[in-house]
Amino acid sequence: MPDLGIEVLLKGNNLMRLLAGLGVALKISLIAIGLSILLGILIGMLVNGKNPIIKGIYRVYLEFIRIMPQLVLLFLVYFGTTRAFGWDLSGETAAVFVFTLWGTAEMSDLVRGALISIPKHQYESSEALGLHRSQPYFYVIIPQTVRRLLPLSINLITRMIKTTSLILMIGVVEVLKVAQQIIEANRMSSPNAAFGIYLTVFLLYFIACWPISRLAAYLEKRWR
Amino acid sequence: MAEELLTIEHLTKQYGENVILDDVSLTVHKGEVIVVVGSSGCGKSTLLRCINALESIQGGEICLRGEKIEQEGKNITVLRQKIGMVFQCYELFPHLTVLNNILLAPVKVQKRREEEVKAEAFELLKRVGLEDKANSYPRQLSGGQKQRIAIVRALCMHPEILLFDEVTAALDPEMVREVLDVILELAEQGRTMIIVTHEMQFAKAVADRIIFIDDGKIIENSKPEQFFSHPETERAKQFLNMFEYKRK
Repeated sequence: MPDLGIEVLLKGNNLMRLLAGLGVALKISLIAIGLSILLGILIGMLVNGKNPIIKGIYRVYLEFIRIMPQLVLLFLVYFGTTRAFGWDLSGETAAVFVFTLWGTAEMSDLVRGALISIPKHQYESSEALGLHRSQPYFYVIIPQTVRRLLPLSINLITRMIKTTSLILMIGVVEVLKVAQQIIEANRMSSPNAAFGIYLTVFLLYFIACWPISRLAAYLEKRWR
Repeated sequence: MAEELLTIEHLTKQYGENVILDDVSLTVHKGEVIVVVGSSGCGKSTLLRCINALESIQGGEICLRGEKIEQEGKNITVLRQKIGMVFQCYELFPHLTVLNNILLAPVKVQKRREEEVKAEAFELLKRVGLEDKANSYPRQLSGGQKQRIAIVRALCMHPEILLFDEVTAALDPEMVREVLDVILELAEQGRTMIIVTHEMQFAKAVADRIIFIDDGKIIENSKPEQFFSHPETERAKQFLNMFEYKRK
């Protein structure tokens, strides 16, 4: 069997360092996800209204965020704002900011789509039954929207977690950066460590995302 | 003559310049079954939607027992509870079971006791032959079953008048019967109903009065025997001829 360099994991507290790195990645993504869901729902409901100015601004925001690669957005916020506005953002703050900006755009678009997809007669038949004010939303529209939204937004959540692997580029020491450091430090003693360590990183991401995507599949099946 | 339940006076409905209903007046007495017929787009569905204040009106007024029905009126919720409506497209709530579809409005809007409504719901489900479907979801039902549930859901609110808007139009032919039978039974119980339909045989059987609407106006208002054998207007004759099939 070839040397996979797994033994490097057990040297010192390397495994613990990797786990701590994963913790950093998860912390940043979970904060950004929480904010994105809240803001996304709010904005998604707002742009469903009739105001053309809000819709116009939203359109630009959505296109801008979607076209821009996340890495470029990270550089723009982390390096760009320091030079241009003199902001001294930490890497983590910049990452949370960028991921929230991105997540909110995607989430609001999902909310908007889900709301549009509820047929008009669902509103009408609830009104015809005498439901009034917030009742049609509370008992009929929102439960159906959430059912359509959940599988899609869980997909977004796993994408956001995975994409945190980019933030090592703005100097945040997350799981992938820790992996690189470990490999560098053991270059002489275990030249094959790259395989074992990156394999571990892969498994860590998998362990973080797999239950979430299983949950999505389960809910999709249950609610159809 | 029984008491007047619903009165419509000089009702006008417009979308911009487009006049949908033009000076429509109609009185419905308690226990009466009115069938509204007319070609597609003549305004019959809009009439029902106005009665339930799902559409704003531009002129005239609609009253239920003397109480004015207005879209912005503050007692519109109370009035809507007295007006049951069943639509063409199955409008059951897909995320709720049959039973919860039926219970939602009586429990949340009318604040009735769940146990009591449940007992009533099962009684009505039994009458339409669907008591075994109480815990099914709408997606597990056929179109005809869904429409029967929609009727039960409307009945559970104890409406004074029922509106049926082409309830069999989207159904497969073999399911039309089971739905119409339920409506026929309701007519026999003496319920007040306004039915919009394209099923002429059914109209003849169930109606106390036929209203023929053409281009937004009521142009005939007569007993079914008279309407189907001796329509007064040329337009009604043309309309009825469309349902006859003869080889030339």
